[in-house]
Amino acid sequence: MSAADSNTNYINHTKGIMSWLLTVDHKRIGLMYMIVVLSAFAAGGFFAVAIRLELFAPEMQIFPAAPTEGASWTYNKAFTLHGAIMVFLFIIPSIPAILGNFCLPIMLGTKDVAFPRLNLASWYIYMIGAAICLYAIFFGNSVDTGWTFYTPYSTSSSSSVTMMTFGVFVLGFSSILTGMNFVVTVHKMRAPGMGWFEMPLFVWGIYATALIQILATPVLAITLLLLIMETTFGIGIFDPANGGDPVLFQHFFWFYSHPAVYIMILPGMAVMSELIAVHSHRTIFGYKLIAYSSVAIAFLGFLVWGHHMFVSGQSEFISLLFSFITFLIGVPTAIKLFNWMTTMYLGQISWNTPMLYALCFMVTFTIGGLTGVFLGALGMDIPLHDTYFVVAHFHYVMMGGTVIAFLGGLHHWWPKIFGKMYSEFWGKIGFVFIFLGFNMTFFSQFILGQQGMPRRYADYAGFEKTQLFETYHQFSTVGSLILAVGFIIILIYLVHSLIAGKKAPANPWGGLSMEWATSSPPPAHNFLEDPVCKHGPYDYDKVRPEDI
Amino acid sequence: MSATTHDSHGHPRLAHHFFEMEQQHECAKLGMWLFLLTEILFFGGLFCFYFIWRIMDPELFVGASEMLNWKLGGLNTIVLIFSSFTVAMAIRSIQQNKRNACAIYLAITIACAFVFLVVKYFEYSAKIGHGTLPGTSFHDLHFLAEHPEVKNPHIFFSIYFCMTGLHGFHVICGIVYIAWLLYLTLKNRFDSEYYAPIEMGGLYWHLVDLIWIYLFPLLYLI
Repeated sequence: MSAADSNTNYINHTKGIMSWLLTVDHKRIGLMYMIVVLSAFAAGGFFAVAIRLELFAPEMQIFPAAPTEGASWTYNKAFTLHGAIMVFLFIIPSIPAILGNFCLPIMLGTKDVAFPRLNLASWYIYMIGAAICLYAIFFGNSVDTGWTFYTPYSTSSSSSVTMMTFGVFVLGFSSILTGMNFVVTVHKMRAPGMGWFEMPLFVWGIYATALIQILATPVLAITLLLLIMETTFGIGIFDPANGGDPVLFQHFFWFYSHPAVYIMILPGMAVMSELIAVHSHRTIFGYKLIAYSSVAIAFLGFLVWGHHMFVSGQSEFISLLFSFITFLIGVPTAIKLFNWMTTMYLGQISWNTPMLYALCFMVTFTIGGLTGVFLGALGMDIPLHDTYFVVAHFHYVMMGGTVIAFLGGLHHWWPKIFGKMYSEFWGKIGFVFIFLGFNMTFFSQFILGQQGMPRRYADYAGFEKTQLFETYHQFSTVGSLILAVGFIIILIYLVHSLIAGKKAPANPWGGLSMEWATSSPPPAHNFLEDPVCKHGPYDYDKVRPEDI
Repeated sequence: MSATTHDSHGHPRLAHHFFEMEQQHECAKLGMWLFLLTEILFFGGLFCFYFIWRIMDPELFVGASEMLNWKLGGLNTIVLIFSSFTVAMAIRSIQQNKRNACAIYLAITIACAFVFLVVKYFEYSAKIGHGTLPGTSFHDLHFLAEHPEVKNPHIFFSIYFCMTGLHGFHVICGIVYIAWLLYLTLKNRFDSEYYAPIEMGGLYWHLVDLIWIYLFPLLYLI
């Protein structure tokens, strides 16, 4: 199967807006997700900048001290919307729905996912969920409970909690259906000759993610449904005023939302395996271990939800158990990191933009992961709980992990998706801004948290250490602005590449998995002839990239 | 436009991205089982709700379950088990290319589902008439006078209405889906090689039935 030079591809083979809105092509659906999910990212980023500007100095800066007539925007709403939008509308669908939709079927050598119409339905369900959330934000009274909707905040808040949770409930179905589609595709749609261990590791990571999406998201759905019942009818499950138990809500919520953390990070690790192997031009070290460790993380991820509740009043014995299992998660994670490092050793590393993001991931994610181990320790967690240390930790994991991997993956597959090369020079400039901005923003927050700055405070005047807090907050705010400039640079040169970029070759980086064997962008049915898997995705010792 | 290489599509219902009917059927089956798994987890939250309160407050359950009519619940159990049998027979009939028999069995299944809902309607309206409502709107004075020992009686009826309500919603979805299957069967869309939608409908209906088989004893009998 050679890369065919053809002017018709999946982007231009049919025209008109309806040919997109009614498409069942996984590649077009991936692009449709890209547009809406990245718009959500921009909205979430807007709130992030608003939060950072508020914290530039103690006392209230840009938000009113209390909700007043006409000025209903409060700091609580800003951080709630930042969290809810970033979690439910951006990170969860980011890598699986955009890159997974685009790459997974091509990597497996098939024409489409197992259920193409269901795939389109997932996109529409996402859009409906997003529309309900937007309605709650702009026409309702927004939401100010934090993205976790803890009772009794959520049952006593005057904001539009019911509408917002219903939107999130709908979004969950989109996630479940995408996960189902991917699991069936991986099981039943692999090209002839492709066994489980000839699949690219990206597919393994997305597969493990899909398992969590299927097993955890229904629990979120019932939790939110019961919360809606509690706020509407007062059924007495979560609200102590009606005889309910607020800690039960936390158990229900984190039973989904901790595995959801792995819905967010496993796809990032999936992208990493591709970036490291392809740009080091070397057979990946410990293929099976990386593959199994994804599944191990997915499994262990279900057993640690209680580490969010060390100070919520659960029993000490249970806390000990949760703490111990939390440490265990470090093992498969470290297996991945060491295998990536070993892959780079003696490899021929190309310092392309995607590889820079891969290196950044290894640094920032390690910091995020190790501080997670600190927080998983019972004694350490109690002073650090609800401080900026926790904020810094999960931003190092979510942003330093998932978002960095997403950016790496986006640069890695951009030539394949659009058939255009972006400017490598500007790619590196953008990376420098992201790397510096990210670390300035969030490393300072580790120190803030360790010094005792609580999270979710808009006004930090009157503390003993207010002056110290102010210094670090200002450092962090400046960092966040550098980060924002970095994203704008990336947006500009990527859009510019679509208009004036060089035409991309079929295999710009020298990859061996199947997506590099078809043209850039691929034809409507991915391959001109049905592919047969003849070699592993990382057999650099046996196959030359020119020969695939 | 790139040429598709499966020009030898056997069956008219084989979608473009599959190699053969068997692969398509296997995909549908695996997908459906995964969906049923999500349904079990979805109801699982409600079963948690039930068991946690049952352990914390057993008296509530003993007292309140007397308020439910086990005869009507039992009737509904028999109706649903029978409908599970008819939907299984519908699948068997289409596997043997007996389209008319399949259509009749599907129609009986829908009829049973309606019987279930009608019985449920009578149960619900009796409860609502007595003020035996979920949550804070509970005001059944008769119950409160008879069972002064029960704290928070509204919680049992919250559980009852949430569980049977969500189950009833699934019954309604089943009616819509099976009616669609009936329509397609009458239009000759299915045969012994292509009957995956009917089999999926059957699997779904069995699950709806199975959930009721747990709900009935948990709510009405113990």
